[in-house]
Amino acid sequence: MQADRPITPSTLCIKDLPWQVLWNKEKCALCGRCASVCPVRALELGVFRKRTINTALNLETPSSNLYSIFHGVRQKTEPQHACVGCGMCTLVCPNDAILPERSDEADKLRYHSNAGGLPRTRGGRRNVKDGILDRIKFVRISMLTDPALDAGRHEFELRTLLGRVLPPEENLKFQRENGWIPPVREIYPLVIGSMSFGALSPPMWEGLQMGVAYLNEEMNMPVRMCTGEGGCPPRLMRSRFIKYVILQIASGYFGWDEMIHAIPHMKEVPCAIEIKYGQGAKPGDGGLLMWHKVNKLIAAIRGVPVGVSLPSPPTHQTKYSIEEAVAKMIQSMSMAWGFQAPVYPKISASSTSLAVLNNLTRNPYAAGLAIDGEDGGTGAAYNVSMDHMGHPIASNVRDCYLNLVKIGKQNEIPLFAGGGVGKNGNLAANAAALIMLGASGIQIGKYIMQAAAGCLGSEGDRCNICNIGLCPKGITSQDPRLFKRLSAENVAERVVDAYLSFDIELKKIVAPLGRSTSLPIGMSDALAIDDKHAADRLDIKYVV
Amino acid sequence: MCRLFAITSQEPLSPMTAVNALNVMKEGHDGSGVGLFLRDLGGPFEDIKDAPILSGIFTKSGLVRLDSFMVKYGFMTKYKITTSLTKNPPPGVPKRDVYIIRAYEYPEAWEGMSQEDKYDKLVEIRLELRQMGAAEGDMIVYSFWPDVIMIKEIGDPMRVAEHLRLDRAEFNSRIVMAQGRQNTNYAINLYACHPFFLRGYSTMTNGENTAFIPIRDYLQSRGITGYSGFQSDSEVFTHILHYTKHILGLDLEYFKHIITPLQGADIEMHPDRSFLKNLKQTCRRLIIDGPNCVIGSMQDHTLFMVQDRKKFRPGIVGGRPGVYAFSSEICGLDAAIPERDKSTDFQPMHLDTAIVGPDRKEVKICRQTDPLPHQRCA
Repeated sequence: MQADRPITPSTLCIKDLPWQVLWNKEKCALCGRCASVCPVRALELGVFRKRTINTALNLETPSSNLYSIFHGVRQKTEPQHACVGCGMCTLVCPNDAILPERSDEADKLRYHSNAGGLPRTRGGRRNVKDGILDRIKFVRISMLTDPALDAGRHEFELRTLLGRVLPPEENLKFQRENGWIPPVREIYPLVIGSMSFGALSPPMWEGLQMGVAYLNEEMNMPVRMCTGEGGCPPRLMRSRFIKYVILQIASGYFGWDEMIHAIPHMKEVPCAIEIKYGQGAKPGDGGLLMWHKVNKLIAAIRGVPVGVSLPSPPTHQTKYSIEEAVAKMIQSMSMAWGFQAPVYPKISASSTSLAVLNNLTRNPYAAGLAIDGEDGGTGAAYNVSMDHMGHPIASNVRDCYLNLVKIGKQNEIPLFAGGGVGKNGNLAANAAALIMLGASGIQIGKYIMQAAAGCLGSEGDRCNICNIGLCPKGITSQDPRLFKRLSAENVAERVVDAYLSFDIELKKIVAPLGRSTSLPIGMSDALAIDDKHAADRLDIKYVV
Repeated sequence: MCRLFAITSQEPLSPMTAVNALNVMKEGHDGSGVGLFLRDLGGPFEDIKDAPILSGIFTKSGLVRLDSFMVKYGFMTKYKITTSLTKNPPPGVPKRDVYIIRAYEYPEAWEGMSQEDKYDKLVEIRLELRQMGAAEGDMIVYSFWPDVIMIKEIGDPMRVAEHLRLDRAEFNSRIVMAQGRQNTNYAINLYACHPFFLRGYSTMTNGENTAFIPIRDYLQSRGITGYSGFQSDSEVFTHILHYTKHILGLDLEYFKHIITPLQGADIEMHPDRSFLKNLKQTCRRLIIDGPNCVIGSMQDHTLFMVQDRKKFRPGIVGGRPGVYAFSSEICGLDAAIPERDKSTDFQPMHLDTAIVGPDRKEVKICRQTDPLPHQRCA
């Protein structure tokens, strides 16, 4: 900052920012790659003036100053250019001369990232490292008389059901009488949750689809992926691969014109239809695709003009109450595919989840309930929604499961849990814990972005710029200059890697518990936690 | 590990046959208890097949309460086996006041009631007695059913049998199921002792049911009288058998399709795949996850054995026309029916249900990959 520049309230120094860029002059080759790759232009050419004082050794000779300049990297301090810590500068530096480092104290930027009165919006996650799921242990290990199984060599059937399962008496009766038996899919319990075409870049979306197709057709793993709210490319709708896809319809109805037109040409029925009523990252708020990302392709698929922000309403505006919305939408979506596709709602975890669930139990077409906890991720949301709104998934899914047990419908309406599963990398352990608390399956988003595409987000507010289309890895960008950094083939390969390793880890958890014949849904006797209140709340064992 | 032995014979046998068989398999159980299930009774019960028999253990005050309770309902004692006990029971066997095996005459008020209604009432009365006993600690009731006797006690099977003088002809029966028990997961509780009985169905199990909690939760939520107790993880097999046959109306061949359904390609290749897939999905919460060997008795005197999908527990069936036995180990079978053609012995594997029907003429092996019975009839 120059001495003659005014100091405003929002004038910050590097120390006030969440990330400080450490630059090493000795190593720097002045190639400029760091500055050019930086998604928020936090770096600029720095011209530094340096004074060297030559002190004379005797009185006769006067001392002198030598002024020189050198070039390097300067970190900008304007809020809009504050370093996001993505680390792309480090990635591209040929000499390892640059590294963003997290500030050792709370930043001051948070008080100033609201220029023009607009609160901070971002993508990413809640940025809370701890979570109850990581603390749950599996304690019921089969020992002695009933040995633990060999995870590597025993046979395992780790499948789950998605769809409304009739009670046995009714199922047999309807089979005898040729009644309607709701469609039920037998799928892998780890589902790639809804991330829209638009939120994700073309290679990311395509890579996920390719990975899923490979898992299904080559690895005999019936993995499913949800489209999110951005419609579905008609080419995919008409292909045989649509059976691996869960189509989402949300309050913006983006892309549904195209999709409805594709229905007569479809060869296969989609795996299921997910009706989105809420998401964990921003409960009570609709989906949001910022104008930055609405290019020609996205606009065409979604059926909207180019370059406009696409905020979905918080609820489905065509209905006046959620109960009616759920009932009517489930029925109309069922009808669209001749009652051959399971249709279920997705809600954000909430203290009102039980009310939704009870409503579904009385709707014979409701095929399940997906619940997204507060740790869910998003492409764009208000910071306050992400940080402070929502309900943890563990107790929410547990309450719902125990409610189903109470009314005897735990096999009829599968619960799918999502939101922060594997947020610290412990995907299999988190997923198994939720399954044993009562979830029939798990939805993941951020984990697969990190594992399959190298998303840079972390629970330390790193990067988190998915909303403005500047994703430095090209995962959530619609700018070809950025998304060409990502290859769909590489993403697909990593999806397969991630699923195969998850499968091994899941077996390493269930095998010692003696389980192999069926997914241990609701096997809460296997679980324990070192917190008495949490144990009581979840109705699991307390261990120290 | 528990040891199981069950025998079905045209001629009534002493329960000692089964106790002896358990005794030769002693290395496989710890002698912590014994459970006996006798059905198709001989001796004095031969002529009173319809009379419900109450089996249990009572204190003196419990007996007084029982009598007034039964009188209130209008039950009259028809026949009873009296066991005079020695002053000091053998080591490891608790001191009890009275072991009750008592056949009753149905109350007059029940005349004209359908058989099914009578059976429902019998279940209710047994549960009421169990509840009364639990409140005061003075009654333990195992069964209240026509043509069925149950005896369970803590202690070495042979010592218990001698103590109760089970070699008396009064105890002779055509079906005997016996379990020598080892306590593993659950505290010693006579209600946790096999075999279990519900409304004409009885099962006993070797092994641990690792899916117990979700199965229990599901059964409890069915709202069916008698799906209670759950002192043992094996009790649910009796309930599932009852559910299969009595509630769903499916024959024994379907039982294994419910507890350990076919997987993957096997179910796709089955001629009844559509039906079986539906059954697998709809009864999903009843899938057991073993390792378990289950032996069971049906109301029509059929005796059977099934293994779970893992087939980690021993089990063999063998015999000759007229008498067949199911045993955890071959030595138990040898002790009971030495003069059989051993080449026809069969060890049911992960897809098999071994069934000996009421005629006791042969062992029928039902593989899960076989067409279901209704298909064969069609």
